[in-house]
Amino acid sequence: MQVQTLNSPTAPSSLLSSRRTWLRTTGSLSAVAIAMLGANEALAQGMAADPSKDVGILNVALGLEHEAINAYQLGAGSGLLQKPVLDIAVSFQGHHKGHRDALIATIRKLGGTPVMEKSLDEYAKALDAASLKTQADVLSLAAKLERGAINAYLGVIPAFASKDLAQIAGRLAADETMHWTILTNALGRALPAGALSFGG
Amino acid sequence: MAKRLIWMVLLAALSAGNAAVAAEDAQAVNRGLAVYDNNCAGCHSVDANRVGPKHAGIVGRKAGSIKDFSYSAALKKSELVWNKDLLVRWLTDPELVIPGQAMGFRLGNMQDRMDVVAYLATLKAAPVK
Repeated sequence: MQVQTLNSPTAPSSLLSSRRTWLRTTGSLSAVAIAMLGANEALAQGMAADPSKDVGILNVALGLEHEAINAYQLGAGSGLLQKPVLDIAVSFQGHHKGHRDALIATIRKLGGTPVMEKSLDEYAKALDAASLKTQADVLSLAAKLERGAINAYLGVIPAFASKDLAQIAGRLAADETMHWTILTNALGRALPAGALSFGG
Repeated sequence: MAKRLIWMVLLAALSAGNAAVAAEDAQAVNRGLAVYDNNCAGCHSVDANRVGPKHAGIVGRKAGSIKDFSYSAALKKSELVWNKDLLVRWLTDPELVIPGQAMGFRLGNMQDRMDVVAYLATLKAAPVK
């Protein structure tokens, strides 16, 4: 089965339209990150006392984004996702690609080396993709990873030396929260009863 | 006879106390599992290396010692061995424990830290095949 991605030349027009919309809207996250850390040298110079610590945190975030992209790839390629769920999963994968690109640009701007993506097989093994038998299984895994990413991003905010990077972590967490909420709804699960349900 | 009765009462009290402690520990482990799922599972798994290293057998393991995981240089050269107290300190602020390590995540709530460490302590390493 051909795996559908936002980069696929066979993606339907609605998806391509979504892609264009995505690039116009959420793509601005990448632009903001690069603008903050690239075009504005003064801001970049005034950031962390020790940028290597921030680079380390950003690389962990990049590792999360690599994993999320591949998790959605595994889901899309599993044949278990039906439309319109498949389209939404591909859209979410596109968001994670936007996060990845922003993080890579930022890490490089700070003088770091972006962590490399592993092979799809390695992600499949680590995520136990062989155990996915139904659409709900795929969505549950995605929801679990998105919730983990939300809390990971919220949990690293205090560790950033740069407030600008802390803000970007907040924006990344907001995107993941959007994903988690949609996935939770698709699974028919209840939303948290209490407030402040994310972050430790 | 009276002495025997006193001993029986003391033993019963001790037994009840132990049962209460065990129940409290079990509750902490259950809460810790939920904390783990919410806060740690984004990067870690029990039996697989992901963004972070696997956690099975972490208590008693030398820091930075899983062979097939790529650690930061700082963690790899540390001589620390994970125990419950060290894990609580680590989750409070990893950078204070091992400067230059890679984990930026902090678990802000002390009870959550205690609970998740109680859970981590239950994870035994898989037998070597």
